[in-house]
Amino acid sequence: MNAIAMKQPQAMKNSSKLSRAFLLKLELRSHPTLLCVVRGALEPLMEMLGFSPEQNRAIIRAVDEAVSNIMRHSYHGRPNMPIEVYCNRVQRRANGETEQGVEILLFDCGPAVDTTKIQARPLDEIRPGGFGLHIIRGSMDSVQYKRAGRLNRLRLVKYARPSEGGCGSAEEKPS
Amino acid sequence: MKISARRVDKSTILDVSGNIDMSNSPEVRKALLREIREKGVTRVALNLTGVAYIDSSGVASLIEGLKASRETGSRFILFGLNDSAREVLKISRLLKLFEVYDDETQAMAS
Repeated sequence: MNAIAMKQPQAMKNSSKLSRAFLLKLELRSHPTLLCVVRGALEPLMEMLGFSPEQNRAIIRAVDEAVSNIMRHSYHGRPNMPIEVYCNRVQRRANGETEQGVEILLFDCGPAVDTTKIQARPLDEIRPGGFGLHIIRGSMDSVQYKRAGRLNRLRLVKYARPSEGGCGSAEEKPS
Repeated sequence: MKISARRVDKSTILDVSGNIDMSNSPEVRKALLREIREKGVTRVALNLTGVAYIDSSGVASLIEGLKASRETGSRFILFGLNDSAREVLKISRLLKLFEVYDDETQAMAS
């Protein structure tokens, strides 16, 4: 067991008992300097899954913003709190065709998010801050927040368009 | 991330390289406000040619620079944006708000 796992709260340990085998699992601390590590890990994975460069950038952008939000809002800047990121293939039927995609789950141990307070602010206001949620929603096909026991779970999904191919073989479906 | 400033005529060009994210965006904000507010430079151009990635906190720093330039009556210019930077400004509906040029030559000729 590594040092991070040893320090992890029990709730987050339990989150690892997921029934599916994930393509990638990242365990990190909530230090902003680790954001580049997350981006660096995701880029080759999304490329391997066959996403276009534009889609790849969108996915990385969304995950980076989501992890930043956890650091800023869930952990209030405390740098040593646990975050877990899981990536897996998903697929769906749309317009008679099968679309391949990626599902990214993010877990943190912060207090429950009040979903009535996480509305993106109007973009016609010219002031700094509050762009993160717009960026996440504008970059992904699906964004779902859920309180799972003592954890916050954010599920992000992005599908590759059939004409663009990609995402490897269709092995798994979303749970 | 690295930031350096150089004077070209009456303008300051801030050359940025690396990634701009939550870990270092305050440095960008500080550098912009120093040139615009403290030094009173009439035209500040941010060279993003060497920036591979910019997140929402980086965008917020750019907005701070824009607001400061409007308040002081100076110009704030961006150039050298890659696809990633253009996309994040577009999603935030901010691309049209900024003076954006392809390269330094265009920016300085504007």
